[in-house]
Amino acid sequence: MEDLVNIFVKSVFIDNMIFAYFLGMCSYLAVSKTVKTAVGLGAAVIFVLSITVPINYLLENYVLKSGALVENVDLSFLSFIMFIAVIASMVQLVEMIVEKVSPALYGALGIFLPLIAVNCSILGGALFMQERQYSTITEATVFALGSGVGWFLAIVAIAAIREKIRYSNVPAPLRGLGITFIITGLMGIAFMSFMGIQL
Amino acid sequence: MAEKKEALFSKKNRKLLSDPLDSANPISVQVLGICSALAITVQIEQAFVMSLSVLAVMIFGNIIVSILRNLIPSRIRIIVQLVVVAALVILVDEVLKAFLPDVSEKLSVFVGLIISNCIIMGRLEAFALGNKIWPSFLDAIGNAMGYAWILIVVAFFRELLGSGKIWGMQIIPDSFYEMGYMNNNIMILPPMALITVALIIWIQRNRNKELIEEN
Repeated sequence: MEDLVNIFVKSVFIDNMIFAYFLGMCSYLAVSKTVKTAVGLGAAVIFVLSITVPINYLLENYVLKSGALVENVDLSFLSFIMFIAVIASMVQLVEMIVEKVSPALYGALGIFLPLIAVNCSILGGALFMQERQYSTITEATVFALGSGVGWFLAIVAIAAIREKIRYSNVPAPLRGLGITFIITGLMGIAFMSFMGIQL
Repeated sequence: MAEKKEALFSKKNRKLLSDPLDSANPISVQVLGICSALAITVQIEQAFVMSLSVLAVMIFGNIIVSILRNLIPSRIRIIVQLVVVAALVILVDEVLKAFLPDVSEKLSVFVGLIISNCIIMGRLEAFALGNKIWPSFLDAIGNAMGYAWILIVVAFFRELLGSGKIWGMQIIPDSFYEMGYMNNNIMILPPMALITVALIIWIQRNRNKELIEEN
């Protein structure tokens, strides 16, 4: 249990997807103009990450790993294509299920779901899961959840700051993109103070 | 047909090459492909290898999708594009592992992340799906170069100020260190990549006022 809490805290604060690895920056910059849409996209990322990472974990351990499927056959060179196929199809599937089961949730997440198939943080989650070799599926899921929550925190925070900064006098060439980069950098430095935390 | 045929380097085609370098730069103007751009700019070598990989994936991706553009049903085009890109990235990854194992180790997951690099998907979707092979090829080169120069400039400053080296070779002489000069360790940390790019954006938009955004 302690391990799990540790993985969670680590993936939210220390190995934050945005501030430490810059994953999912494209949608982070594009969809962070207002807090409301940021919350929608953030929730969708948490949702999709915690579904696709466990699936990719199973795939990795029972199909792709050396000797997992057939003796002496290492299929790990296929991992990119398998992961991205899982992600693209899961996103499509999730979209259809959510539309059917909960129209309200679909209204909130709907437009963001297709965007997420090409969000680097989702594929990044799968690849980090592969690289760090979590020992159980629970650990992998907790890692995915934590990364999602970290991403959510980051995008909601930047959206809140961008809503306020509209009223400040930013040098003209820095307006919009430039100032967002600088703020993200400063937030990243702030987040680095979490480094070394262990529970 | 003869009069419709364009010269290989007509004005329009040259614009395809030159626009992405400045006024339509994928990173500083279109805001695409930031994810991988920032994480691997600690050293020039990594940035250079990454740029080459993106260039290769992009050229072949654009050409293949452009060849297939009339065959791909529009409903499943995203998945088709992802598969084409993923296959190319696997090739690049295997080549890197074989010939440049050190760099491949350092780039870790970021080679794989070329798949979901928004520049590639964006250009496939916005350009290669609707254009012939030759313009798509030029567009790929232009955009990859626009991506590459920002990466290399950022990496240059981060490596120079952060570790006093360029391409792994020490540039700042030992006598400086003896006089009390110290490497600026913060340049190696991830957040400084963002701030360096912000400075590039600042300079670029100062020169080209048309790019200035509304607040």
